[in-house]
This record gives sequence, C-alpha cells and structure tokens, in this order.
Amino acid sequence: MDWVHYLPPLLEGAWLTIQLATGSTLLGGACAFILGIAATAQTRILRSAAVAVIEFFRGTSLLVQLFWLYFALPILGQELGVDLRLPAVAVGTLALSLNIGAYGAEVVRGALRAVAPQQREAALALNFSPAQRLWRIELPQAIPEMMPSFGNLAIQNLKDTALVSLLGLGDLTFRAEQIRNLTQDNATLYTLLLVMYFGMALILAGLMKWLERHVGQWRAKGD
Amino acid sequence: MTDPIITFDKVVKRYGDNIILDELDFDVLPGEKVAIIGPSGSGKSTVLRILMTLETIDDGLVTVSGQPLWHQRRADGTLDAASPAHLRTMRKQMGMVFQQFNLFPHMTVLRNVIEAPIHVRGQSRPEATALAMTYLELVGLSDHAEKFPHQLSGGQQQRVAIARALAMQPRIMLFDEPTSALDPELVGEVLNVIRRLAHEHALTMLLVTHEMAFARDFADRVCFFDQGRIIEQGAPEDLFGAPQESRTREFLGRVNV
Amino acid sequence: MLFDIAWDIDHGAWAFALSILPILLRGLLVTLEATLVGFFIAAVLGLGLAALKASSNAIIAWPARIIGEFLRDTPLLIQLFFLYYVLPDYGLVLPAFLTGALALGLQYSIYLSEVYRAGIESVPRGQIEAARALDLSTAHIFRNIVLAQAFPRIIPALGNYLVSIMKDVPVLSVVAVLELLNVARIIGDRTFNYLIPLSLVGALYLCMTLLASAALRRLGKSLPQQGWPLR
Repeated sequence: MDWVHYLPPLLEGAWLTIQLATGSTLLGGACAFILGIAATAQTRILRSAAVAVIEFFRGTSLLVQLFWLYFALPILGQELGVDLRLPAVAVGTLALSLNIGAYGAEVVRGALRAVAPQQREAALALNFSPAQRLWRIELPQAIPEMMPSFGNLAIQNLKDTALVSLLGLGDLTFRAEQIRNLTQDNATLYTLLLVMYFGMALILAGLMKWLERHVGQWRAKGD
Repeated sequence: MTDPIITFDKVVKRYGDNIILDELDFDVLPGEKVAIIGPSGSGKSTVLRILMTLETIDDGLVTVSGQPLWHQRRADGTLDAASPAHLRTMRKQMGMVFQQFNLFPHMTVLRNVIEAPIHVRGQSRPEATALAMTYLELVGLSDHAEKFPHQLSGGQQQRVAIARALAMQPRIMLFDEPTSALDPELVGEVLNVIRRLAHEHALTMLLVTHEMAFARDFADRVCFFDQGRIIEQGAPEDLFGAPQESRTREFLGRVNV
Repeated sequence: MLFDIAWDIDHGAWAFALSILPILLRGLLVTLEATLVGFFIAAVLGLGLAALKASSNAIIAWPARIIGEFLRDTPLLIQLFFLYYVLPDYGLVLPAFLTGALALGLQYSIYLSEVYRAGIESVPRGQIEAARALDLSTAHIFRNIVLAQAFPRIIPALGNYLVSIMKDVPVLSVVAVLELLNVARIIGDRTFNYLIPLSLVGALYLCMTLLASAALRRLGKSLPQQGWPLR
C-alpha cells in the first residue's frame, strides 16, 4: 500500500510532537511543583494566589487557552502598545505547560498533604528549618506518591499536543491532515495516525513506570 | 540548691473545651531522671510536646535553663510571644524520641542520624559520621548503618531514633512512650538502651511510660499525672511502695505493679 | 450577524461585549447539549465496556481491554476525524453534532468504565462473602449490596467527568459544530476583534466549571455515605 510513502513526513511531524510533548511536560512539571508547594504554604496570600491560578487553568478548556493566547493576546498587546504576538510554537508550549502544570499542582498538593504529620514533628524536633523540612523530608516522601498520577498526566499531555495542529503547527496531526487533503486516503492515514500516537503513548507509559520504580526504591517491598 | 533546668509555672493547655493541663506546676533538676505515669488523656505526653515546641501553651510560663520557652523577654523585662528564631534557639537543648519512632523512611540508618547534625548544626560529613557511629554503637546498631528503616524491626528502629536524637547532643532527652508501639519481645532491648543512658550520662531525662517496673528502676523521681495535674510525685520506692493519694492507688492497682 | 443576531462594533468595547453575549449563549447551549449527549453515550458504552472487561472469559475480556487502552491513549481530535471522515467512506453519514458526541462518548467511555469498576471493587469482599453465606442470589447481591454501596462513590466521580467532557467540547469546532468556542472564533474572524469574544468564552467556561464543582460538592455531601439506604 501507499502508506510507506506517508512515513517520512509523518515521522517529521512525530518528531515535533515528541519535542513539544517533552518540553511542555518538563516545563509543566516545574510549574506543578512551584504551584503545588505554594498551595501548601503557610502564608494565606501565597496559598490563595496559587489556588486561584490552579483553578483558573483547570477550569478553562485547553483549546480555549490555546486560541486565546494565539488570537486574543496580540490584540491585548495592541491595546497596551506592546507586541504580544507569540509564534505558534511558543503558544503551544506555554498553553500545554500551564495546563499540565495546573493539574500537576493538584497532584503535588495532595501528595504533600498525605505525608504523615509525624514526619513533620520528627523534623521539627531535630530543628530543621521549614525549608529544609520541605526539601529533605516531605518532598522525597511525597514524590513516589505523585508518580502514578504524573504518568497519566504525561499521556494526557501527549494527546493534547494534537490540538496545536489547529494553530498550523507542523506536528504529526498537521502533517497527516496535509497528506489527507492531497490523497483523500482517510482510513489509512487516520489508522496510521492512531497507531503512531498509541505507540508513543506506550513508550511514554513505560518510561513513566520506570521512573516510578526508580524514585520509590527506598520503599518497603510489601509487609 | 541548684536551679531547675525545666520549670512549668501554672501552665494551662486547652484543646477546644477540654483542659489538658490544669495550671500545672512542675520542676526538673539538671541531670534528673523523671518518669511520668498516668492514665491516657492525663496530659503526660502534652508536657513533653510543649517542651519540644510541638504544642503551644495557653497560659502560664515554661522555662528551660532559666529562659522562657514559649515567651521572649523584652529589654524592659516584660514578656512577648516567642519568635520562630527564639524557638529554634531553645529547641537545641531538647531531643525527643517518639512512640512511632518516626525515622525518615527514605534515608538509611546512618543518614537518619547524620542529616540534622550536618544541615542544622553545620557539621562536616566526616565529623557527623564519626559522631553518629559512636551513638549507633551505644545503641548496638553500628552494623546496620547502611540499612533502610523498613529492613529493621520495631525495636531496632526505636534504638536508631534514640541515636538520632542523641546525635544533636541535647541537654534534655524526652521519651514519649518509647515502647508502647513495640511487640512485647522487642521492648527489652529499647529499655536496656534507655537504662544505660540513664546510668552512664548526666543528661536530664523525662520518660512517659506504661512500663511500671522499668519506671521504678530508671527514675530518680516518679510523677503521677491525672486530668492535667500532678496528683503525687516522689522517689520510686515511695510512690510505688506506699502511694498516699487514693487516685494513685487506684491507678497502680489497675496496672498491677 | 450570527443566529440572526447582529453585533454592535460602533459603540465601544462594553457595547460589543453585551451585543455578542446572546450569540455566545446560543453557542453555550450547543456546548451543553453536546456535553450531555456525549456523557450519556459514555455512560452507556462505559457500562458495556466494564462488563466486557470484567468477564471471566478471556476471549471477551482481553480484546475489550486492548480496545480500551487504545481509545485511552489516542487523541480525541484524531478519533473525531476518524469518525467524521472515515465512516462516510463506508456509507454511514452522521450529522456533525452526533459524530462529535459519539467521539466524546467513545473517549470517555474508558474513564467511566474505570469509575464503575473502582466503585464496585471498593465494596469490601467480606460483605459479598457474608451475603453468599446467607444464601442470597447473585443478582440480589449485585443490586442490593454491591451497587447500592458503590453508588455514592460512583456519582461524584461521574460528575467530575461530566465537567471534563464539557471542557473537551471545543474540539468539536473542527467539524463545524457551533459550540461556544467556534461561535466566538467566527465573531472574531468577522470583526477582527478576538479579544472580547475569546475572553468572554474563558469567563463563561470558568463560571460553568465553578458552578458545576460547587453543585457536585453539594451533591457529594447530600449522598448517603454508607450507600443507598434500604429499609
């Protein structure tokens, strides 16, 4: 069949998808930790601000965020006299990162709150500062709890990258649409597309599982 | 007459509508070994937790080494609520061993013991490790330095917890029911370590326990708490042998000394 | 002009915003319809999928699990394209709205099947054993003991996915369904002012999500914790 000829452009698109997914997952991960830790802070202002940001990005659709950043932000810039026209790649990365960052922040917050309060007491008794407590005692114990949820979010993020094709970004979906417009070979192309995304997701899932095991090495193996 | 190292002066602690400590007066002399006994909810653990700055007080004054713990003296001599910095300074004098051991599960035994000396007291790693190994030897676990807590029995974990608290070289050691969460056959090894500490070191030690025979052996003074007050206190042979108060007799009768 | 309603671009930002609000609300209506239909399809398909996956017959269970994984790990957008472009090639032409709802239903059927499974498994085994010891029939056990207790755990989770579906509805704009985002985009295309319509869309979505979350919380509290009370 013709589908072998489709592979080169599709693989180019897949490469962009992988880059986008990796970049947004890493950036989003950083956001998740910053927001999640802020959401457990002692100071009310910091906590409320973090929660507000989290709820904002979780409460609005990703596609709406993408379109707003790409179409509406430049106009806001015009009003303010600043050039806020972001290239599609920046919009895509930013929106995906903020989206996964907000959902990830909830995971971070939940896992931190799940650390046994006795650990906090033991750390206090040994006179660790609050920052040391968070960094050396609470986070290392919270991170293995976060991994399964992070795994799910990473795959969700990979799926969401397909939406950037609607901004004209040359990812896997965009390339497939280009070919489809030429050849009208719908079934083949979409099947190929689905299989490729599925393959990438399986690899990503495997990676996350390995990571999950790696960070949880110190845990008791059953009881 | 030496000055007490710990004083509680009409200390009140409330939890909602419940009064946990009821205008408690309590003194401990330097180097004294005090056993605190009493029924659940009598406020015994709260005394330790207040000293370890895990709980605040609602009224009264607590001093450690002559300095207010939960308050600070201003230049004119009046009292202010303690700042976090003041608490951090005062906390250096206390070490605590918890009922649930509370070892850090993601660190090896050695790392558990050296982590605070390195990052809180600023010791170098070799320095802290050498010190840690002497304490681990004291508790009989120097061979297990590279193991993780989940690989140890409850008794072993509690002994590591004791070494960890000692490594910060406190002046006062607080033991909050150290053997209550242990299987019976593991209690002895922990009590032996505490006994050795008591006999060989000049540390001030406060021990909340249900192990009456051990309290008798370990303590210079036994305090019987009930409903937030000290009902009776004295030398072990006096309190256990000839309790004066009816509530003391009732409690000791129930626990079968 | 859209939906026979004209907008007002001559009297400043606020007038414009107010004039497009009724148009956006028409789009919101479509969004809500798509959400409900999609959810209904997902709930029904999810039930079937859960039953198939739980089957003790490996020939039924395994393909069901694989199809489930496949649907879960591939983008909604592609599934939508597939249904929209490929089905007609095989003679099945559905209106865009239905195709979109079907895509939503397929994608979320997996998640809902997991909710059903988790809810059912959360009922302690010991209860089922006790029920068997009392000689109750399997159907009776399933309905009055398992389902009745799984119910308060399942409902809030289903509610959360209902809100998730609503946030995924804008994807349907690629097949020209006139949902909220699409309507705003069209207004933007024609007036060159994207800022106000898209910002209003964001605000509307935020309102809907917050309202839905509050309603779900209220619902969650009112549900009897122990299960559907049987007197």
